[in-house]
Amino acid sequence: MTRTIATLLALGLLIAGRSPSGAAELEAPLPNSDNPAEFPPAAAPGFGEALWEILTLKNYNTRLVILSTSLMGAACGLIGGFLLLRKRSLMGDTLSHATLPGICLAFMFMVALGGNGKNLSGLLLGASLTGLLGCASVLVIRQLTRLKDDAAMGIVLSVFYGLGIVLLSIIQGLPQASAAGLQSFLYGKVASIIFADFIVIALVTVASIVGCVFLYKEFRMLCFDEVFAATQGWPVHLLDIVMLTLVAAVTVVGLQAVGLILVIAFLITPAAAARFWTHHLGAMLAIGALIGSLSGWLGTVLSSLFPRLPAGAVIVLTAAFFFLISMLFGPAKGVSIRLIRHRKLKRKIAKQHLLRAAYEWLEIHDAGQKPEPADNRTIPLESLLKARSWTPRSLQRQLRSAYNHALLERYDSTGLVLSEAGFRQAARATRNHRLWELYLIENAAIAPSHVDRDADTVEHILGEALTRELVKLLPARQSASLDAVPGSPHPLKRNDD
Amino acid sequence: MIRLFRLDRASRAAPYQNDVGRPGAFPEHSPASPLSIHDLTVAYHRQPVIWDVDLEIPEGKLVGLIGPNGAGKSTLLKACLELVPVASGLVRVYGQPYSKRRELVGYVPQKESVDWDFPASTLDVVAMGGYHRLGWFRPVNKRCRAESMQALDRLGLSDLAHQQIGQLSGGQQQRAFLARALMQNAKLYLMDEPLAAVDAATETSIVELLREMKQRQKTCLIVHHDLATVTDYFDWIILLNMRVVAAGPTQEVFTQENLRKTYGGNLTILSAAADAVQNAGE
Amino acid sequence: MTELTWQTGDTWIVATGVVCAMACALIGNFLVLRRMSMMSDTISHAVLPGLAITFIVTESRAVVPMFVGAVLAGILTTVLTQWINRFGQVERGAVMGIVFTTFFAAGLLLIEQAGDRVDLDPKCVLFGALELTALDRINLSLGPYEITAPRALIVLSFALILNLLFVAVCYKELRISSFDPELATTLGFNAQIMHYLLMVLVAVTAVAAFEAVGSILVIAMLIVPGATAYLLTDRLGVMIAASMAIAAFCAASGHLATVVLPQWLPIKSVSTSGMMATLAGLVFLVTALFAPRHGVIARRRTKLKRKPWNSERKNSFPFDEKRTCA
Repeated sequence: MTRTIATLLALGLLIAGRSPSGAAELEAPLPNSDNPAEFPPAAAPGFGEALWEILTLKNYNTRLVILSTSLMGAACGLIGGFLLLRKRSLMGDTLSHATLPGICLAFMFMVALGGNGKNLSGLLLGASLTGLLGCASVLVIRQLTRLKDDAAMGIVLSVFYGLGIVLLSIIQGLPQASAAGLQSFLYGKVASIIFADFIVIALVTVASIVGCVFLYKEFRMLCFDEVFAATQGWPVHLLDIVMLTLVAAVTVVGLQAVGLILVIAFLITPAAAARFWTHHLGAMLAIGALIGSLSGWLGTVLSSLFPRLPAGAVIVLTAAFFFLISMLFGPAKGVSIRLIRHRKLKRKIAKQHLLRAAYEWLEIHDAGQKPEPADNRTIPLESLLKARSWTPRSLQRQLRSAYNHALLERYDSTGLVLSEAGFRQAARATRNHRLWELYLIENAAIAPSHVDRDADTVEHILGEALTRELVKLLPARQSASLDAVPGSPHPLKRNDD
Repeated sequence: MIRLFRLDRASRAAPYQNDVGRPGAFPEHSPASPLSIHDLTVAYHRQPVIWDVDLEIPEGKLVGLIGPNGAGKSTLLKACLELVPVASGLVRVYGQPYSKRRELVGYVPQKESVDWDFPASTLDVVAMGGYHRLGWFRPVNKRCRAESMQALDRLGLSDLAHQQIGQLSGGQQQRAFLARALMQNAKLYLMDEPLAAVDAATETSIVELLREMKQRQKTCLIVHHDLATVTDYFDWIILLNMRVVAAGPTQEVFTQENLRKTYGGNLTILSAAADAVQNAGE
Repeated sequence: MTELTWQTGDTWIVATGVVCAMACALIGNFLVLRRMSMMSDTISHAVLPGLAITFIVTESRAVVPMFVGAVLAGILTTVLTQWINRFGQVERGAVMGIVFTTFFAAGLLLIEQAGDRVDLDPKCVLFGALELTALDRINLSLGPYEITAPRALIVLSFALILNLLFVAVCYKELRISSFDPELATTLGFNAQIMHYLLMVLVAVTAVAAFEAVGSILVIAMLIVPGATAYLLTDRLGVMIAASMAIAAFCAASGHLATVVLPQWLPIKSVSTSGMMATLAGLVFLVTALFAPRHGVIARRRTKLKRKPWNSERKNSFPFDEKRTCA
């Protein structure tokens, strides 16, 4: 379902981008900026007006550029999700650096054929070829030598890039062609996107969405359990190649927005941010695509509003901002949600300890009688303090919290009185604890993997039949009712002596 | 691709070179044998890990594969599944190479082999067992999902079907893997330590399931580490320490002598094993 | 044979290149051994904002503040990477990718913002300018001697000496903590401190090499010689020596190629730093193929020899007692 939403979203963007751009506008003057990393200045009289113009997409160029970067962001965020889960994030980095010699070679090739070497499709084709060659080299080095992944990637990344620099310096020396267009691939050049580029970007985006939709189940299995996929007869290598080809395609397209050094951020950061929001793969991919396109959009808008903000860097920083927010506040895996869960658990355990200590005090001081809820006896805090490693302050804090939950009738600095509900809960906590202890005693050899579990609902973990067995095993007063509190399997200590 | 290529070449070239002059080099394997391994040698880097393994596993039995750490138990399973390159020898599944009988073989890898943080639910993982029936491009459909639910139900995990897999306990994760294998609907199952580090409830339910599978004439080859339970669980065992030390019905093979050969001088394990043998004899 | 047009400038370039490559290779060995090669990628990119901030604050290219800024940035990257990895539960490779791109983007932004006040060209960040370093010479008086040498050479020499000192003093600790960090900790060497020290030195080296080769090619200088030497030998001492020799060779021949190539081919000029990286790649390729024991061809051979159906070998295969009795 989420997949379809993502598809519709991207298609909607696509249509929105296509409809207003008529044939006449194709001849719109290209922005010419000396600094390729900079967006063409909005050149509006006032800031408010400029903002309005950009937000409403009135300007043709603005519209084209913003749609392009949003689409790139969506495609990168989508495929980046699989790249991240395949644990190949840095492979994307290698791939993007390895595109440089391909761009240069394609340029030289086209110049040799008599063109001016500025054909975008040609350059991108060359880029994809050496990018994939780089990935293949990493895999071959890993397979055939004793070097590991990291070294293989470092070598390929830097050597391919070095070769690219050599080729670039050669091109700069060529008399017949200027290489100004090529350097813009290093840092990105959103400003000079034209309609033809936009078509390429849109096509690649559609291809990546189609690929992810059709191969969703295959990619999911490949990323989760490659070995199992192989035993089922799936061509793992072929799937890997298809995935890397898609990665290469979106990377190469993304080069134009953020440049080959930062494009890896466009791939990984939105996907990694999305992981904090959901445990569902489809939703994660959709959110990744959304965050990617939002970063592309916001980054472009910001860089066009303020002077001296290179679009590529701003896009990456926007994505990083989204990552930070997601890491802190993501509802599925975010840091704060895990902290909250942890604190809740701690509080729950503390509450159970308090109630059980109170119940056990009642048990001891009723001289063997079963405690009754109507007793309303005041339990002295001193004996509770001895029962656990509480400080007076932490105990007071817990008493206040328990009182707020109506578990205590009243409390002061010397003692507490359990309420009706508090007594019931205390009885239950004590019962569960004792059953748990007993289970561990009886099944010491095979139970260790359960020890850390919350004994709150013993029945749920052990099953009703096993619980019944355990109740029978308990030494003191066996009761027919499962809810009755059994005696402790070990003698209780009197803490007020 | 490189690996696959090398593997094919090795298994094709091996038997002719390997068995020259060996009496009884090619015993007639009955085509019905679920898994016959012949003269299998596997080497990682330059060190052979398993050496000259000759086995024929009977149909419809629970077979335990037992040996010390580093004896090559997992490697043997992986070699049967063509996951590691084989230096020599051949593996036949119902008389055919594995690649032709893939649909008859289910595999349960070690729990540690995957990243449990992966964004998928238990149901998603179990459904993977049915992907090969769906074929390319087709998404998981209602039928596949219903079958997965059934498999989960049999292992008592239906409550957890929509939980993220990382939130399951170790034993539950192991059971999810077994449910995935059930989804494959295979005849021969290769399981890598399904009973390692699981809790009592899981162990009981897995063993129950295995017995039920045996009744339905499935064959299971199970890597096992706990010598105390060997006689309870398995009809047939293979003692492996790089070579096959002994293989056969549990009563005949699980002797102190054989265990000493398998485990060498490891005294603590040996004494535990001896106890187990004695208990079994009583 | 065309005549070689060699000038004093060329000598300085080669000297700078060689010292740079050796300083990098020395420390890079340990990155390769500890399987942290990509950390060099992260750190070399991440020092950029440190440099940029220092430039903006001090408005000069003073060496000491530059190093302080870059080292702080380097440490911050290392710490951030570990934190996000641990607290965010994100896979390490992805964290590295996120952190270094963020830092690099921030650095770029700062440079653009500062504009003319910063004498740092975004293009220099990418290629380095080894050819130009020879021009920027300064005088240095060491006691009675007066030396005029390129600034970069002097800075790189300090980095090389620092790295040499570090490796010489901590050789034993480095070896053990690279081999088995947990064992090292139980033996009383703090592997964590070694890790941070190493990262600081990588940052220092990356900054020193920054002007000469830029922030990406420094990865080639760091990783490739070490990885090549790793394929040639199993002994750490030999590996270090070999990696430095390889590095020096690549640097020297890299510049030679840039002098020679334009005479043979219709090329105006070639980037020296790029050529150094390319040659390092070539040396790696040749080594990977033909290395005596760990090369691809050698490995194929031994495999063939050891084919189990080679009957003699099969019977003589040592079932060593250690393995069966362990």
